[in-house]
Amino acid sequence: MNNIKQDHASASTEFNKDEAHVDWHDETLWFVRSKRDKAVFQIPEWEQLREAGSQIKNHVLSNMHDYLVEFEKKATENGIKIHWAADGQEHNEIVYSIIKNEGVNRMVKSKSMLTEECHLNEFLKEKGVEVIDSDLGERIVQMRQEPPSHIVLPAIHLKRAEVGETFHQHLGTEKGATDPQYLTEAARQHLRDTFLSRKVALTGVNFAIAETGGFVVCTNEGNADMGVHLADVHIASMGFEKIIPKVEHLGVFLRLLARSATGQPITTFSSHFHKPRAGQKMHIIIVDNGRTKQLGRPDFRNSLKCIRCAACFNTCPVYRRSGGHSYHTAIAGPIGSILAPNLDMARNADLPFASTLCGSCSNVCPVKIDIHEQLYKWRQVLVQEGHVSSVKSLGIKSMSTILSSPSFYRTAGKLGRFLMKNSPFMTNNNLNVWYQHRDMPDVPKESFREWFIREKGGK
Amino acid sequence: MSSREKILSAIKTNQPDYQELNVQFKFESVYENLYEKFAEMLSFVGGKAMEVNSYEEIKADVRLHYHDVTNIATTIDELSELADFSLNIADPHDLETLNLAIIEGDFAVAENAAIWVSEKQLPHRALPMITQYLAIVIHKSAIITNMHRAYERVKVNETGFGTFISGPSKTADIEQSLVIGAHGARGLMVYVMN
Ligand code: SF4
Repeated sequence: MNNIKQDHASASTEFNKDEAHVDWHDETLWFVRSKRDKAVFQIPEWEQLREAGSQIKNHVLSNMHDYLVEFEKKATENGIKIHWAADGQEHNEIVYSIIKNEGVNRMVKSKSMLTEECHLNEFLKEKGVEVIDSDLGERIVQMRQEPPSHIVLPAIHLKRAEVGETFHQHLGTEKGATDPQYLTEAARQHLRDTFLSRKVALTGVNFAIAETGGFVVCTNEGNADMGVHLADVHIASMGFEKIIPKVEHLGVFLRLLARSATGQPITTFSSHFHKPRAGQKMHIIIVDNGRTKQLGRPDFRNSLKCIRCAACFNTCPVYRRSGGHSYHTAIAGPIGSILAPNLDMARNADLPFASTLCGSCSNVCPVKIDIHEQLYKWRQVLVQEGHVSSVKSLGIKSMSTILSSPSFYRTAGKLGRFLMKNSPFMTNNNLNVWYQHRDMPDVPKESFREWFIREKGGK
Repeated sequence: MSSREKILSAIKTNQPDYQELNVQFKFESVYENLYEKFAEMLSFVGGKAMEVNSYEEIKADVRLHYHDVTNIATTIDELSELADFSLNIADPHDLETLNLAIIEGDFAVAENAAIWVSEKQLPHRALPMITQYLAIVIHKSAIITNMHRAYERVKVNETGFGTFISGPSKTADIEQSLVIGAHGARGLMVYVMN
């Protein structure tokens, strides 16, 4: 993944060749988005909760130094060993040294986007350490030697027949089997053996609490818990922005996270770790890897508030119709398109253009990150810094592929019309390449399709 | 300079001006009947609630529903006659063959059917995940409205580990189709004691 095989535009053109598959991908993610809406509508104070989440995170960004120092002190008192890693390489070396110290060459890992960002698996493989990802979706893509295409639903780009074929090859399930129940059971058995035999387990961190020096890990499958409770060593990797001030703030974030992600009221397991169990060792690796730089960019630092719910992916008309792999970065989707250029502008210059700037992402974001505005600002920065050599090909090519589908207009059209009417500055300006190369039409109050349905009074 | 110093000093330089935190972040949830809301949410997340008046009723229900099941363990003295599997073991790997664990929950949250269990209730952290089936006993008076109340009630660092459990383990990673019983328990029964 160190060289981009294709930019977002060409990769989405590729993805759009199988139209039925794209439609299915689009609808499946829209279904997840609708589940989110249903869950959200049951909480009358939802908007206040988002505001609370946003303000708590703003406060954390402004006091990051002190909270991290407090967290380190409390966690150390709890018997947890704290490590600091300036970049992905250092993170990976710390993990490797812990594994080596245990005299083992295998590890089980639950979902951690940070380790994807650091390319930990590849690093350890070269060192002769076998890593097994225990989240079902991650295990599926790992067997296929693909990266996850979505941060919450890593295998969302695959149909059940493809999973069946992968399991047939790797787990010996029956050829042609596609029943999710049967396939999940096969993975359960396979991973249970893994959990029972690994001495080192790595997890991510959803929230780290400065006040108490503990951390919370959320899963539905129970895979993080199965891994660490049966291992001698628990390694938890976190970007430093995962910190929150107090335990009581968890009330806000646990109410926001799962509802925004999948429409569940909470994840099945929300596990709070404060001390290693008797005889166990616990490590936390606090990682920078470009985050301090992002913290220093006033226009983009808000992206560090992200709680990785993926609501912005599910609602994004471009993501839904281009697929996660077209983003060629560990974190895809709208938020990934803001985070990636911070790490490498030249390599990721295409990503802020993979958006219609419709604003749907910002509307669903549980911590109120101004995602689409940041995407727009990145475009300006990238142009100024000379990273957009061929603006037209970047901007137009992907958009024209994605936007040429009729179902795109059904789901995204309403938002687009709203936006063009209410925020013309975003669509009508010199830096919006899409605008530059075509005349933006006047906005009709309703689409032909809506008009037709209204006039005919039905389907 | 160590990475720690490098990171912390870069953060100090780059973080924005201090911003007070004075936003409302706790809210009330109003439910007519806490038990009913809890039971409704539990069924939404794939578990099942049952009201009981005595431990005898729990025993009867366990015998009815798990009549051919062996390897049952419990942490509840009143139910010890149901158990044929001792939790008095040193190594959690020995829980591998456990079929049913019956444990106590500290309290439950109506808005999301989450039940708090910690090392106060758990002799082994792995117990509620490694067992094939899980049953939790809670007291009806210990159902509260929402997560804000939950964090007022629980001292999360009183023990080294605690978790909110909401329903049986599940996944939808294959084409978004829901499968109960991913890696943790395949079923969750909650007995709510009047
Ligand atoms: S940017 Fe907001 S919506 Fe997107 S993943 Fe992060 S928290 Fe969720």
